[in-house]
Amino acid sequence: MPLPALSESHSAATNIVTLGATADQGGTRTTTLQIGGAKTLPFMDGDGDCGHNVLVAMDVLDAPPDNWPADLVEPYAGVLDDPAAWAKKCVDEYGADLICLKLDGIDPDGANRSTEQTEETVKAVLGAVGCPLVIWGCGIDARDNEVLPMVSGAAKGERCLIGCAKQENYTRLAASCIADGHNLICLAPLDINIAKQVNTLVTEMELPADRIVMYQTTGALGYGIEYAYSIQERQRLAALGGDKMMMMPVICDAGYEAWRAKEARTPEAEAPEWGSETERGVTWEATTAITLIHSGCDIIRMRHPRAVTAVKKALEGLQG
Amino acid sequence: MIAVGERINGMFSDVRKAIQASDPAPIIDLAQRQTECGAKFLDINVGTAAEDQKAAMRWLVETVQGACKTPLSIDSQKLSVVKAGLEVADGRSLLINSVSGDSDKLDKYIPLAIEHDAALVALTMNVDGVPQNVETRLEIALNIVSKAMEHGLDLPKVFIDPIVLPVTCDQKQIKFLCEVISQTKILSDPAPSTIVGLSNVSQGTSQRHLINRIALVMLQAYGLDAAIIDVLDTDIMDAAITADMLLDKMIYSDSYLKAARM
Repeated sequence: MPLPALSESHSAATNIVTLGATADQGGTRTTTLQIGGAKTLPFMDGDGDCGHNVLVAMDVLDAPPDNWPADLVEPYAGVLDDPAAWAKKCVDEYGADLICLKLDGIDPDGANRSTEQTEETVKAVLGAVGCPLVIWGCGIDARDNEVLPMVSGAAKGERCLIGCAKQENYTRLAASCIADGHNLICLAPLDINIAKQVNTLVTEMELPADRIVMYQTTGALGYGIEYAYSIQERQRLAALGGDKMMMMPVICDAGYEAWRAKEARTPEAEAPEWGSETERGVTWEATTAITLIHSGCDIIRMRHPRAVTAVKKALEGLQG
Repeated sequence: MIAVGERINGMFSDVRKAIQASDPAPIIDLAQRQTECGAKFLDINVGTAAEDQKAAMRWLVETVQGACKTPLSIDSQKLSVVKAGLEVADGRSLLINSVSGDSDKLDKYIPLAIEHDAALVALTMNVDGVPQNVETRLEIALNIVSKAMEHGLDLPKVFIDPIVLPVTCDQKQIKFLCEVISQTKILSDPAPSTIVGLSNVSQGTSQRHLINRIALVMLQAYGLDAAIIDVLDTDIMDAAITADMLLDKMIYSDSYLKAARM
């Protein structure tokens, strides 16, 4: 007796967001990319259209990192103090679909780089690569509110993805994205209700819903990743059920999270039973990324080139 | 819950006057206000306002289509009037409202719904009238489901209406409508959708708004998918949205009442 095919169809889909703008669209990108458009749970292509492919954004820091383990520093030897060269290397040699310029350097307790220096860095990275750019603040609201609107202006028309808007701090960044034609990342602290709330607040400011990307603060493998997985799966199901304030595509951060886990960083000398840290760190990042991708993620932020290679290979099998 | 806005109906005096005077302003205003209030369909019913009901239906449909993008519910008991509305529809989603559960009627309306890619409201009544018990209403609902399957209309596009009567006529009926709705949802997989014309429940009472919204929430808890209601009544819309949230049909957020209307 033939088994009946089990499939689920959904009437709604996640929003399609366009990243980057070419010269005829008012920017200088050589390529634009789209995310979203999924009418199914991730990779369930038997049920319907899975939408646009998952993209890998590789992290580039605006100031040299002071706490990266040697295995993560090694692939970027010689470019860690030159974000433009670093970005170019990620695109040309490591296969990044887009660059996430992480502005840790504007942290007053860190490198404390000025707004002007940061604007120059953004322009230099835009000049070095043709792919779309994600620009991500340092996470300190007061400093991000000073710098991100200026950076947004410096990249006006490039249709970058800028983050992060939060429930208690969204107006300045949302207004800048509206004025300068960028997309916006809305952050929620592992909380689906707050995610919907931030999306609603920003939409009320008249930023079109198809210019918003959701971000749930993520845990790495071994650090509560199950919560992020469940929330993001539920977000996708709500979107497919027609909830307009849950239809935004999703960005996840695997690189930062994985590489701060002790399992990724601890040298073999300190934990011989864990084996070589060279393999361990890459595996931790790749496994974190692939897990999050399965929960419903459109852009995955990553750091180590070999982890990127592993994830891209997995994605080839999943989405062709 | 799918809220179908009930106000563009010739039974209301402002709409009747607008139809008779061919004055589009009140119709445009009602279409836009109901849309802003969260209507997912706008019911269009000529009522008894015009001698030429077909011409009036065409005029109403065209006027509303010029005012908003909201899907339409073409409401008439006469097939020719329904067809007049469908003829001028501009490709947006449609609901045909309504047909009785008699097989000969279903054989005409279901192919029409398929032809226009429309959903169809089918009433659990037949030539013998509105049944006064759960079993006969379910029997008619099953006949509607069978006919839809026979013709090939997707079951979620079949909206079974178990018929709400005024509470002053029969006070037991909301209780048994809850039963009819929950059993209708297990007649097939995928299940047919369910709908009620709600405001009838409070006809002739002194507490119309309160009775309407409590009845709606009760029916939602038993699986009601859609209701033809006064979407301009903020309290009933808030109640319906809150019931959906509590039934886990939408994600909570502090602005969930606003988000549901976006």
